[in-house]
Amino acid sequence: MNTLIAITGLGIFCLLFEILNLRKAIIPITILGLIGVLALNFYEFGTEQSYYNNMVAVSKFSTAFSSLFIVLTIFLVALSHNFYQNHPTKISDYVAIKVFLLAGAVAMVSFGNLAMFFLGIEILSIALYVLAASDRLNIKSNEAGMKYFLMGSFASGIILFGICLIYGAMGSFDISEIHESALSAELPIWFPIGLILMIIGMLFKVAAVPFHFWAPDVYEGSPALTTALMSTLAKVVAIATLFKLISGMNVISSLENQDLLHTFEVIVVIISIASMSVGNIMALRQVNVKRMLAFSGISHAGFMLMTLLTVSASAGVLLYYTAAYALSGIAAFSVILYVCRDQDNEDITNFHGLGKTNPLLAAILTASLLSMAGIPIFSGFFAKLFLFNQTIQAGYIGLVIVAVINSIISVGYYFKLIIAMYSKEPNQERTGRPFLIYAAAVVSIALNIILGLFPSLVLDLLQ
Amino acid sequence: MNVSTILIILLIGAFATYFSGDKLASKVALLFSLVALGCSIVLLNNYSTGENISVINSWITQPKISFALNADGLGLAMVLLTAALTPIIIFSSFGNEYKNAKAFYGLILFMSFAMTGTFLASDGLLYYIFWELALIPIYFIALIWGNGDAEERRKAVVKFFIYTLAGSLFMLTAFIYLYQKAGSFLIEDLYKLDLSACEQLWIFLAFFLAYAIKIPIIPFHTWQANVYQKAPTVGTMLLSGIMLKMGLYSVIRWQLPIAPLAAKEYMDIFIVLGIAGVIYGSIVALRQKDLKKLLAYSSLAHVGLIAAGSYTLTLDGLRGAVMQMIAHGFVVVGLFFAAEVIFRRFETREIEAMGGIRTQSPKFTSMFLILVLASVALPSTFNFVGEFTVLYSLSQVNIWFAILGGTTIILGAYYMLRMFQHVMLGETNSKTFADVTLNEGISFAVIIAVLLFFGFYPKPITDLITPSLETILQVINKN
Repeated sequence: MNTLIAITGLGIFCLLFEILNLRKAIIPITILGLIGVLALNFYEFGTEQSYYNNMVAVSKFSTAFSSLFIVLTIFLVALSHNFYQNHPTKISDYVAIKVFLLAGAVAMVSFGNLAMFFLGIEILSIALYVLAASDRLNIKSNEAGMKYFLMGSFASGIILFGICLIYGAMGSFDISEIHESALSAELPIWFPIGLILMIIGMLFKVAAVPFHFWAPDVYEGSPALTTALMSTLAKVVAIATLFKLISGMNVISSLENQDLLHTFEVIVVIISIASMSVGNIMALRQVNVKRMLAFSGISHAGFMLMTLLTVSASAGVLLYYTAAYALSGIAAFSVILYVCRDQDNEDITNFHGLGKTNPLLAAILTASLLSMAGIPIFSGFFAKLFLFNQTIQAGYIGLVIVAVINSIISVGYYFKLIIAMYSKEPNQERTGRPFLIYAAAVVSIALNIILGLFPSLVLDLLQ
Repeated sequence: MNVSTILIILLIGAFATYFSGDKLASKVALLFSLVALGCSIVLLNNYSTGENISVINSWITQPKISFALNADGLGLAMVLLTAALTPIIIFSSFGNEYKNAKAFYGLILFMSFAMTGTFLASDGLLYYIFWELALIPIYFIALIWGNGDAEERRKAVVKFFIYTLAGSLFMLTAFIYLYQKAGSFLIEDLYKLDLSACEQLWIFLAFFLAYAIKIPIIPFHTWQANVYQKAPTVGTMLLSGIMLKMGLYSVIRWQLPIAPLAAKEYMDIFIVLGIAGVIYGSIVALRQKDLKKLLAYSSLAHVGLIAAGSYTLTLDGLRGAVMQMIAHGFVVVGLFFAAEVIFRRFETREIEAMGGIRTQSPKFTSMFLILVLASVALPSTFNFVGEFTVLYSLSQVNIWFAILGGTTIILGAYYMLRMFQHVMLGETNSKTFADVTLNEGISFAVIIAVLLFFGFYPKPITDLITPSLETILQVINKN
C-alpha cells in the first residue's frame, strides 16, 4: 500500500518538475525515487495486510511482482533520457505517464477487490494508449494508438461485463469473499460465464492467441520505447494479474466442484499451444525487429500461460519466468533503441555488422536473444526448465513436448538477428555511446545472468 | 585440489585471453591450456593414489539441482583427452592470422571449459548445461571465422545449431521426466531408478536423438560434412577431435545405464545404424574431391564403429570404444592439421590441385603417412588397439557385424591411401611447398608420439578406464 502511495506521489512530483523548470533533473530524480520505492517495497515484503476494507491486499505475491515492475520501470525511465532527447519540453509528461502506469501495475497485482482490479487495469491501459500514440506527428504511431485504444477499450468492456456477472453470482466484489463462496456447491451459471469473460479480457491484454491480432501492428507502430514497455512491463503485469485472479478467486477448486475443471484445463492447453505456435511461426517471417519481438512475445505468453495449469504451486515459477523474460527484453530493446535511434524503421538490415562496430552491444543483444531462446546459462533457460518441470509434474508431457518443439523453432528467428550482427558487413556509422542506454543494457543482462546462476534467489521467494 | 580446479582455470583463461588483447591472445590461451593440462595430470596422479577429487555442492533447492562433478577413470580419460588436445589445437593455429584473435582464442578456451564440464558433471542438469554451453562457442567460431561463401556457411552453421539444439532439448525433456521419478538429477539416483520397458524405450530414444545428432550416427549426419568443411580448421578439430566424443561418452555414461532394457532389447538396430555409418561414410569418402570433406566422411565412418562398439554392451566393446575415442581424437586432429598445413602453402583444399609434395618435403610426407596409417588402424598404432577391440566385441554379438564393421579397415585403407597418393605423390607440384616449420613439426610430433606410445603400450589407459566401465556394466546388467 505504501508502495502504491509513494509511486503515485512520485508521479505527481514528475509533473511538478515541469512547473519548477527542473527538466534536466527529472530522470535522475525519478530513478532515485523509484529506487527508494523499491527499498520501501522490500521492506514491506513478507507482511500480509489489507487496507481500506480489503481494497488493497498486500501479500508476498504482490510485493514480489511489484518489485519486478519497479525494476523494469527504472530501466524504462533510464532509457527515456536518450529516447526523448528531441522532445525536451515533453519529457516530464512522458516520465510521469510511465510512473502512473507503474501505479496501475502495482494496483493490478495487489487488488483485494475487483473494483480496484479494474481501476488498476484502466490506469495501466490509458497510460499505454497515450504512450502508443505519443509520437504525435507520425501516422504509424497514431494508428497504433487508435488501434490499441479501440481494441483495448473493447477488452476492458468485456472484463467489466465479466465482473458484473461475477457480482451477480456472488453478491460481492471482494476477493476473499468470492474465494470462500466459490466453493459452495450450488453456484449460479453466471459465475463461470463471468469468469470466462474476464479471462478473455485478460488474454487480450496478455496478447495470447486468438486475442493477439492487435499486438504486431501496435508494437510496430508505437515508438520503440513504448514497444519495450508493452512487451516487457505490460505483458508481465497482465499475466501476473491473470494468475492472481485465478488463484485469488479460488477458480480451480470451484471449477472442480462443478466438474468444469477439465474443460478449463483443455482450454488453457489449447490457448497455450496456439499462442506458442502461432507466435513462433509468424515470427519466422518478420523483417522488422519490433514486429518479430511482438510475435516472440506472443509465444512467450503461451509459455507463461502454462503456469495456469498448476496454479497452486507455480507462483514462484511465474515470477521467475516473467523476470527472466522481461530482463532479456529490456536488454534487447536497449540495443534496439541504440541501433535504430536515427532510423525510420527497425528492420533487421539496421543490425548488420553490429558485432564489428559495437561488440559490447552486439554481445548483449546476443545474450538476451539466447536467453529468450532458452540456452543455458541465461535465466531464460532455467525459466523454461522450471516451467517444464512443473508442467510434467502435473502430467502434461504432451504440452511440454510441443513447447520443446516451439523452443527449437524460436531459435530460427532469434538467430537470424545474431547472424545479421556477426556475419554481415556494417552498413552505417554508429557513433556516440549514450551512457544510460549502455548502463541499462549492461545492468539488465547482468541481472539476467545472475538470475541464471542463482535461480533460488527468485524462485524461493514465493514459497 | 579437486576437479573443479580445471574448470576454473579454463574459465579464467577464457576471460584472461579475451582481455589480453589481439596480439597476446594466442599465447595467453596456450599458457592457460597448458596449465589446465598440467592440472589434469596432477589430478590423475591424485586420483590414482586414491584421493577423493570429486565435488558436490547443492546449487538450486527446488527443483533439486546440485553442482556435482565426479571424476572416475572414464571421466578423467576424457578430460585428459580434452586437456591434451586443446593446447595442440591452439598451438597448431599459430601459423594463421585471425581477425579479432582475442575473441577467437577466448571462445576456444571457453569451449574447452564447457566440454571438460560435460565429461565431469554427474548431475543431469549440470551436465545438460555444459553440453549446451559447448555449442555456443563453436557456433560463433564456425560462423565468424569460417571459410567459403558466407551465405552457404551461414546455412550450414545454422542447420548444425538447430539440429543439435533440437536433439538436446528432447534429452532435457527426458531428464525432467527422470527427475519426476527420482526426485533428483544425480546420476547415482538415476541409475537406481526402476523404469518400465516402455518408459526406458522413450528415454533411450530421447537421449539417442541428442547423441546421434552430435556423434553423428546415420541418418542424423547431414549437418556434419558441410560444417567441417566451412568451419575454420581449429573449429573442425574441436568438433571432430573432442566435441563428438561428448556424444559417444554420453552414450556410455548416461544412455546405456539409465535405459539398459531398451539398450538390450533394440541392441541390433543401433549396432546396425552404427555399422551403416561405417559403410556409408567410407563409400562417400571415396568420392570426395575436397580434402576436408573426405576427412569428415572418414570421421563419420570411424565414429559409427565406435558407436556400434558401445552398443554391444560388452566390456570389450565399451573399452574399445573409449580407447578408439581417444585415438581417433588425436589422429583426426593430426589429419585436419595436415590439411591446414597444405592449405597454408597451396591455398586450396581440392585434392586434384595437390600432389607432388613428397619430393619437396619428405619430412611432412612421412609424418602425414604415419597419420594416414594410424587412421586406417595399422598395427602398432593406438587406433589398431581400439578398432581391434571394438571389432572383437562386435564378433561376440554377431560375426556378421564384425565382418561388415571390418570393412572400415579395408575401405578406409583404400580411400586414405588413394588420397595420400593424390595429395603427396606424383609429379613435383608446380607450386612450391615450403618445408614444415618448427611449430608445425612440434604439433605433429606430439600427436604421433601419443599414437605410437599408446599403440605399443595401451595398459595405462585400459587400467584407468576399466574399473569405471565395469561399474557401468554392473548397472546395465543389474536386472
